[in-house]
Amino acid sequence: MQRTISFTLNGKPARVTTDDQRTLLWVLRGDIGVTSVKFGCGAALCGACTVIVDQEAVRSCSTPVKDVAGKRVLTIEGLSQERQLHPIQDAFLKHHAFQCGFCTPGMILNAYALLLKTPRPARADIIRHMDDNLCRCGSHVRIVEAIQEAAGAMKGGAR
Amino acid sequence: MNPENLTRREVLSLAGSGLFVIFPAQPPRPGYPADFNAYLRIGADGRVTCLVGKVELGQGSKTALAQLLAEELDVALDSVDMVMGDTDVCPWDGGTYGSLSIRQFGPVLRGAAAEARAVLLELAAEQLGAPVGRLQVKAGAVTDPSAAGKRVTYAQLVQGKRIERHLEKTPVKAVATYTVVGQSPRRKDALEKVTGRARYAGDMAVPGTLHARILRPPAHGATLKDIDTTAAEKVPGARVVKDGDLIAVLHERRDLADQALGLIKAQFVRPQPTVDDKTIFGHLRKAAPEGRVVDQSGDIVQGAQAAEALVERTYRNSYVAHATLETHSATAVIEGGKATVWAGTQTPFPVQQQVAQALGFTPRNVRIVTPYVGGGFGGKSASRQAIEAARLAKLTGKPVQVVFDRAEEFFFDTFRPAAVVTILSGLTGAGKISVWDYKVYCAGDREAKQFYDIPHQRTTSAGGWSGASTPGLHPFAIGPWRAPSVNTNTFARESHIDILANKAGVDPVEFRLGHLSDKRVRRVLEAAAKQFGWKPAPTPSRRGVGVACAIYMGTYVATVAEVAVDKSTGRVQVKRVVCAQDQGVTVNPDGSRQQIEGSITMGLGYALTEEVHFKDGEVLDRNFDTYQIPRFSWLPKIETVLIDNPETPASGCGEPPIVTMGAVVANAIFDAVGARMFQLPMTPARILEALKRG
Repeated sequence: MQRTISFTLNGKPARVTTDDQRTLLWVLRGDIGVTSVKFGCGAALCGACTVIVDQEAVRSCSTPVKDVAGKRVLTIEGLSQERQLHPIQDAFLKHHAFQCGFCTPGMILNAYALLLKTPRPARADIIRHMDDNLCRCGSHVRIVEAIQEAAGAMKGGAR
Repeated sequence: MNPENLTRREVLSLAGSGLFVIFPAQPPRPGYPADFNAYLRIGADGRVTCLVGKVELGQGSKTALAQLLAEELDVALDSVDMVMGDTDVCPWDGGTYGSLSIRQFGPVLRGAAAEARAVLLELAAEQLGAPVGRLQVKAGAVTDPSAAGKRVTYAQLVQGKRIERHLEKTPVKAVATYTVVGQSPRRKDALEKVTGRARYAGDMAVPGTLHARILRPPAHGATLKDIDTTAAEKVPGARVVKDGDLIAVLHERRDLADQALGLIKAQFVRPQPTVDDKTIFGHLRKAAPEGRVVDQSGDIVQGAQAAEALVERTYRNSYVAHATLETHSATAVIEGGKATVWAGTQTPFPVQQQVAQALGFTPRNVRIVTPYVGGGFGGKSASRQAIEAARLAKLTGKPVQVVFDRAEEFFFDTFRPAAVVTILSGLTGAGKISVWDYKVYCAGDREAKQFYDIPHQRTTSAGGWSGASTPGLHPFAIGPWRAPSVNTNTFARESHIDILANKAGVDPVEFRLGHLSDKRVRRVLEAAAKQFGWKPAPTPSRRGVGVACAIYMGTYVATVAEVAVDKSTGRVQVKRVVCAQDQGVTVNPDGSRQQIEGSITMGLGYALTEEVHFKDGEVLDRNFDTYQIPRFSWLPKIETVLIDNPETPASGCGEPPIVTMGAVVANAIFDAVGARMFQLPMTPARILEALKRG
């Protein structure tokens, strides 16, 4: 159904008029121009399109845009504030927890969702939470280390 | 100003002042322009721009090449800007593959930078009134230590001047004096990648771009019989284009193009039944071209006679996909008779030729720009999406983007070929290998030759890893996959060596060392064993530990792994992997470690789960549900040992450490449960079968 959907994107109001069954992924990339949200599989199998909706990690490729009406959507652009990197970004940067970088925004946002709920995760918590985000370059070991370090740096106080 | 938007001519004219160094490829390689292979600019602002035809796939070349340049030129690494893989501004390059960027291109870049520094020193000597020998350079500033305050920067030296030099000799720094090379600075792509600002070919937002979805056959070899596009054309904003074999739906929104594509009614005639993922091995053995002896010494018959026991085994591996997270993507714009294509590719210059041919343009009217590439591993050498985007841009007169969906990515992938290896070997009564007759079918001959001390040996190779070498042999495209040939050859050789060690009743590390006079292999093997804390014992020791060694194009690798095997499910968990690598000079230790860790992790996939399922030309794997790649829960503890070897020039490091992963896991599985695996991947079903076989 064609309608206008309003939501908050990275703290600012956003509004699109479109078929409300369309996926959040292509509305973000195509209608709004947020290209950090990646298309990897189109079936919620890889996590490259992960965004945060009301504090939860969501696969935007499999989320109809109508589901975010009135909600707060966060992409990686909204994570760093005042050009200051978020501690998770800082840790990914310091550990070089990426190679090609294509899965990185989704990885960082999924890690963010973890730390919101579990500020001091055990290694096993990190692995369980991140398991459905795929990385082909094999940066996994560094991603786990980066998330551990970010959790420490945030001292339990995720924002 | 963004240098990516400049043409070469613009760069030249822009640089009314500056130092230009044009230098030849060393050694000159066929296909390269005779005059220069790379292009380096020192701007009047002191920034150094390096233009190279290589691309950044995630492997870190952007940083490592900049380090080489900064080292030889004596400038701060931060002042170096890399422009990579843009056919308008970078000199020709065959492609980014084969771990060649540092090994082959590195010396050229170092030479150029060293020469630029020499020219700048001459200018400085004139300006400071001091002999060159007395001058010192640091961070792009030249000083005369015997005269306080006498100082001039590179930026000042090139101001208002235009200097061109053609290089003949390229004296470079001694490794012992390195200060930038050998360090692990922050990756040049780090900030863009952690902020989401890094752009890939599908992120190029050109106003008015149409997203194209192309009609694909259900199977390789299927032909279109009937088509009805009426419903698709009725989708508001959709446009259907038919041009020979190319039938596409275009829309300003990608997902709406997807929908419209789904409304096309097409009937295809399926090909005759051919092979599937089970019958393929017999087919390859039968249909492979005639073998070629690639290495031979001694006499096989004599070697066999000297043996007390002969051991003959056959090894197999399935087709493996590249499965990069970024699918093949391209955005094409044609304006004023010139096509510009942003493409996720490993081969921008060959793609330039292909696009030119498809459009009927001269190559100079085609520009391929390579932004960040979301993984390659050989899979983005073939780049049909760039050609399709360019053709559709020409047909529609609009900018066109082609981004494969995951099913297209699997369907058109140039898989690592399925392959078969047979080895006939013999052991003497003293436990020495007397004979080795090795035949590889369809993997290729790279590193097929074994490196152990065996008096009578022969290596035969039939068919290669490049699809062009064996047309019609495989049911779909094949091509280079991270360390082509060598994953297969290492799996077979190192598994077989382990079988012989077991027959001899000797610890597998000790057995290898007993057959090794190659010092560099010995050194990595000893280093890996030491780091692991290897305790010698004949296999199967029930500890689940295994070892494998390899040489890959000048780089030496030894890997030790520990696994746990669940005998009831056949599931393997790799618990720990230690990898020692000797790659000569290490340009960037952390970058090398990233490559080793990445190779180990990625290698778990082809070892344990990755195989392409297919039947009669249809690729049955269409997404990551059936095609399982490694994930966090598989992660072993990974330890890397970089051998300090400054006497040897840098060789490649992005591919070598993946080649041992099949054999090291197979050997550890045997050590754990006494079941020998002869086929990759070692799925739970195959492990249960092997356990039953005993």
